[in-house]
Amino acid sequence: MGLEEKAGNLGFVTTTLEAAVNWGRTNAMWPLTFGLACCAIEMMAAQASDFDLSRFGMEVNRPSPRQADLMIVAGRVSRKMAPVVRQLYDQMSDPKWVIAMGDCASSAGVFNNYAVVQGVDEIVPVDVYVAGCPPRPESLIHGIIMLHEKVKREKLAPRSKANAIRFDESGRQVDRIGSR
Amino acid sequence: MAVAEKGVAERRTAIFNSGKNGHVSPGAFPTPQQVAQAAREITVPSPRQVIAANAERMKNSSEFEQSMVLNMGPQHPSTHGVLRLVVELEGEEVVQLAPDIGFLHTGIEKNMEAKTYQQALVMTERTDYLGPMINNLVYALAVEKLLDCPIPPRAQVGRVLLSELTRMNSYLVWLGTHALDLAAMSVFLYCFREREMLLDIFELVSGARMHTSYIRPGGLAWDFPKEFKETVQLFLNIFPSRIDEYEALLTDNPIWKERTVGVGKLNAVDAIALGASGANLRATGVPYDVRKLFPYSGYENYDFRLITGTEGDTYERYLVRIAEMRESVKIAQQALDNLPDGPYATSDRKIWPPPKEEITYSMESLIHHFKLWTEGFKPPKGDAYVGVESGRGELGCYIVSDGSNKPYRVHFRGPSFINLQALPHMAKGQVIGDLIAMLASLDPVLGEVDR
Amino acid sequence: MALDNETVKARVQGQFGAAVLEASEYRGDLAFRIQPDDLLPIVLFLRDSADLQYIWLASITGVDYLGRDPRFEVVYHLRSLANQHMVVLKVGVPEAHPHVPSIVPLWPTATYQEREAWDMFGIVFDGHPDLQRILLPEDWDGHVQRKDEPLVYEEVAFSFNHDDVDAQKPYAKE
Repeated sequence: MGLEEKAGNLGFVTTTLEAAVNWGRTNAMWPLTFGLACCAIEMMAAQASDFDLSRFGMEVNRPSPRQADLMIVAGRVSRKMAPVVRQLYDQMSDPKWVIAMGDCASSAGVFNNYAVVQGVDEIVPVDVYVAGCPPRPESLIHGIIMLHEKVKREKLAPRSKANAIRFDESGRQVDRIGSR
Repeated sequence: MAVAEKGVAERRTAIFNSGKNGHVSPGAFPTPQQVAQAAREITVPSPRQVIAANAERMKNSSEFEQSMVLNMGPQHPSTHGVLRLVVELEGEEVVQLAPDIGFLHTGIEKNMEAKTYQQALVMTERTDYLGPMINNLVYALAVEKLLDCPIPPRAQVGRVLLSELTRMNSYLVWLGTHALDLAAMSVFLYCFREREMLLDIFELVSGARMHTSYIRPGGLAWDFPKEFKETVQLFLNIFPSRIDEYEALLTDNPIWKERTVGVGKLNAVDAIALGASGANLRATGVPYDVRKLFPYSGYENYDFRLITGTEGDTYERYLVRIAEMRESVKIAQQALDNLPDGPYATSDRKIWPPPKEEITYSMESLIHHFKLWTEGFKPPKGDAYVGVESGRGELGCYIVSDGSNKPYRVHFRGPSFINLQALPHMAKGQVIGDLIAMLASLDPVLGEVDR
Repeated sequence: MALDNETVKARVQGQFGAAVLEASEYRGDLAFRIQPDDLLPIVLFLRDSADLQYIWLASITGVDYLGRDPRFEVVYHLRSLANQHMVVLKVGVPEAHPHVPSIVPLWPTATYQEREAWDMFGIVFDGHPDLQRILLPEDWDGHVQRKDEPLVYEEVAFSFNHDDVDAQKPYAKE
């Protein structure tokens, strides 16, 4: 029906804008170069020769949060580091996602004590939790693929009301609520 | 970037031939007077002091000779973790700098006090996460010193073998990230290729890749699997040629030499005054290796050389570590060849649980097993300090026992924590681009710095 | 020439006499218990004597013996590389006046370790160039490794109280 019938074998395909955008987002997702503890080593191992994360379009790490889409919180977050992590998250441009890699980032793992934030979800909203201490590179890759699946199903509508861009009746942009 | 007077080839030969005759001459260590002199000159500034000093300098200088304070980290691709450096710069030149640490403070020492001796073991490998087996070892040795518990030869030799494999693992990550920081991407990929082989060995013996908890107070967690010998032998056969590969990529590489030769010099006296240890100290020419000077786990029975450099610059630290990897292969080969049969843990039933078969027919064994896994063992009152040579220097563990089943106080002397103090001294007057090379060659692991 | 415990014990006790409150040997480690005021002369003697040469400071650490007097103890481990020997110095520090002379002028390597002992136990090292927190945030209250400080500040969620804890957990917003 529709365009497909008219186009015949002309060599192009049609899709929804949403699917095209999400396809682009999943296959060129840039993680922030940001390691905290032991999990960072396994994150490096996942990007190195044996596991080769670039098979999933994830090899371009960005040291600047402004250019990154994905924050992999790899390791325990101490109370001294927590404000830094939140600031990095705030500096990332929308749309952005967070993977809590490892038990420490998910729930503080074995470190139930004064120094460690009991789960990074107290500071930043987490999309995917990866279990393990540290998770094997395969687990991280699985977590990343899970995130890709999640992103593929996202709507193009603003991800949250707080950050939505609003327009008045004449089509002029009004202040973003929740922007800083 | 000064190119040293001595040719690179001669330096390499000198390092690879160092320690050949095997003995340590006392003249090689600095004298107390030299240390006292160095101590008067060296300061380790704090971030607050650097900022205050800069503000003072800004007040008295004209518009054109102003310096600036630059903040590096805690999120920075080349600070090897969450290290923050407060650097005062005059143009490109580092006037002074101060590391700000604690961003990974995990409360491990306090947390270990709340666990029994067996449970606290899992905390140890999370300090220096690149050398898990050596961290297990130092804790196990300290607890065994408190318990005064002899270890069977199979466990002793196995511990040495695993420590050396861990050291290679640790050096491989150091080499990979050091090269990556100086823009040599392929070395990183090669190093991690060999590291995967080592992690496969760790997984074979313990079931985990990184946090193994395999060396335990009293012996080894369980016996080596039957494929162990041939897997390690395969690795040891391959590895020397792989070290040649890294050397072919780096040792004579003009870019590598330009970035490392003469960069971040540290002399022997300053290194001693700053408490440096490990390859950072040996590259300055001080023949201090805990394995040689204060042998543990039977290291005195192995034939290996104590590698020392002379210049103490970044290039020398690189060469010393490369040479030590080759020595590690030698030690591991000797340990593998001489791995005796026999029990893998102590037979003291108050420390190590009885085998499963014994529990089924012996009431006493059942009680021992139950008591061990509910209460744990109770070392007598006292305190013990044990130092071992980890991938970064002397890793010390100080345990105080109050006679209960939980350690009263555990303290780790993290070699990275101490070595990091040398950075402000090394970096003075160097350009900021070389700061990355110096930091990478010091090889700090932030988990151990902050604990 | 390797030193042994007997020689070192005789040397130090011969030099300082009653200043050494106790010389003990446990599992082969020689330890001297001393007063804070005697620390600097003894350390200087150990470092600078030609036959001892304890030039390498291995570690400084604090221990909190709650309920004992003196409450705190600062433990120094010194290694003589030329003589392949280690001594331990234990300095008792009373809770009312937790002051120890700093040995940063003798070894710059003490800078971080003394800051750590201050951060964790609140032991003041007189003469330290800038004694401030090193591992914990600067605005932290208290000294965490003291025995009367709690280990845990957040309640742990088990299956029986999961919902209550979860309801109070400060989850982050976008």
